[in-house]
Amino acid sequence: MEPTVVCRSVSKVYRQDAVAVQALADINLEIPRLDFVCLSGPSGSGKSTLLNLIGGLDRPTGGEIYVDGNRVDRMEKGELAELRLRRIGFVFQAYNLIPVLTARENVEFVMQLQGVPAAERGAKAREILKEVELDGLEERRPGELSGGQQQRVAVARAIVSEPSLVLADEPTANLDSKTAENLMQLLRHMNQEHGVTFVFSTHDKLVMDFSRRLITLRDGRIVDDARRD
Amino acid sequence: MPTLKAPLLATLAWRNLWRHRGRTAAILFALALGVWSMVSLAALSRGSMEQQLVKAILNLTGHIQIHARGYRDDPVIEHRLSQPGPALAAALSRPEVTAWAMRVRVPAVVASERESAGVTLVGIDPVRERGLSFIPDAITEGRYLESTDEAGILLGRKLASRLETGVGRRVVVMSQDVDNTVADRGFRVVGIFDAEPQAAEENYVFVTRATAQRMLGLGDNISEIALMTADREHLGDLLASLRAAAPNLDVQPWTVVEPLLVLTEKIVNVILVIWYVIVFTAMSFGLVNTLLMAVFERTREFGLFQALGMPPRDILGQVVAESFILLVIALALGNLGGWLTVLALKDGLDLSAFAQGFEMMGVSPIIYPALRAGDVTVANMLVTVLGLAASLYPAWRASRHVPVEAITRV
Repeated sequence: MEPTVVCRSVSKVYRQDAVAVQALADINLEIPRLDFVCLSGPSGSGKSTLLNLIGGLDRPTGGEIYVDGNRVDRMEKGELAELRLRRIGFVFQAYNLIPVLTARENVEFVMQLQGVPAAERGAKAREILKEVELDGLEERRPGELSGGQQQRVAVARAIVSEPSLVLADEPTANLDSKTAENLMQLLRHMNQEHGVTFVFSTHDKLVMDFSRRLITLRDGRIVDDARRD
Repeated sequence: MPTLKAPLLATLAWRNLWRHRGRTAAILFALALGVWSMVSLAALSRGSMEQQLVKAILNLTGHIQIHARGYRDDPVIEHRLSQPGPALAAALSRPEVTAWAMRVRVPAVVASERESAGVTLVGIDPVRERGLSFIPDAITEGRYLESTDEAGILLGRKLASRLETGVGRRVVVMSQDVDNTVADRGFRVVGIFDAEPQAAEENYVFVTRATAQRMLGLGDNISEIALMTADREHLGDLLASLRAAAPNLDVQPWTVVEPLLVLTEKIVNVILVIWYVIVFTAMSFGLVNTLLMAVFERTREFGLFQALGMPPRDILGQVVAESFILLVIALALGNLGGWLTVLALKDGLDLSAFAQGFEMMGVSPIIYPALRAGDVTVANMLVTVLGLAASLYPAWRASRHVPVEAITRV
């Protein structure tokens, strides 16, 4: 079966004035379908950069990146937007919900961009919010929800349109340990029940323990890739 | 599917506008003030212009004048015309003609026992002038001409003052008759009239047409036919009909007889457009600044939208939608304010403190605003189209954000 993510000799160099900073170097990686992968490593190791490149939010300096067989690094902006809309869900460290929309509207947002009819959108949003245990809070805006609740809304938003891949950049960084554990259980549940491949970054040991595969980065290179099944 | 996205963009635009209520209220106030000033100034200018036009048309101009060829260049007795024949009389009977009259109108000198002055002697049919010129309603002392054959004369107040004469006194009018000899006749002053512009009080003296014809040896001949219609802006058919009925005569609309009026109207239009542009330029700075601030504050959100798959054109559309909503509300408030201003000034804006200056220009010191659909439409279209154009830059900036900022900016 075709892997969800393939990285071949991926590198990324940031230029700050005359100084070149090697954020990633020679990354070779295959992530099969339905995997639950953790990218770990200290700050500045390149975890977020790698997630950004896989998600098409940034472009590599060299190498090739494929998502569901589509070569991401050569796509135009419009094609990347379409890929993210149809195939990739994102969960961010800072939740990044749209503050002027309610929890339900945030969850419906991506489906609305996809052109899903209102009735279907509403039903799906209510169903997924119930699944992440936020029923009754559907009409609250992000400012009226706790951090853990906001991150659950973000997970619901990422998963509701049934993408093949969810990228989560330090999703528990702003949560206490109990809330973080609950969130990771939720992500694993989504991985198993919804058949979605998850790639998340963290340097939290608790979060790493939930992964089935732990990839460790240091100075922009993969230094360890261990299965934990 | 743009039809499904439109409500989303509208919802986002509407709610984002009210995230900073104070800022939105301030820019709305500024935009509405600008629109109000556009609409109100247009109504006042148009009202003043309309008053000038009506006065000028009533000042013996009418909507159409018929003369012998050459009269307009040299209004002397040689350039006279005979009474309307059957074809011209039929054309003058068309339903759109609301009033018409024949006049004698020649240069003359009027003298009292103390002073004399050069004037235009106007011989009129007293009854037919009603609804056609100002004179029947302008008598402020004495009386109007009563019969078609009386020997009375009407003088303007300023002329009467200059001649040191008044009602009941006699004056002598001298002019050139059809034989190129001096014709003169004594008249008793039966009425004094006030007029705007005051120059008319010095320029015209009125007697009955029959008396003038007899004095000048004109027989049935006249100097002009003036007529009023139901619609001064649409004279084409009537002009064609009159010209066909009197091919040897000079049939001209008021726009040709009084080209200064047309020029004045054009100047008013240009001034209004300049005012619109000045106001809009000031408004657009506020609008663009507000939108740029909003775009800058929401950099992370715009990056997030792109990360979630919203194409840049929809982000651009969202900012333009915010601008459109602002403009629509501002236009509604501004138009309402303009309408209320016109309503409040329906009895006229009294600028009597500057009356002398106004009268010198032939402008009434009391201005009655006239709200015209065309002016309001132009102001609204200008604000909408240019406002949306001005918002394109902030919108373009918003759509150019790099999505990775959504993740890196905390």
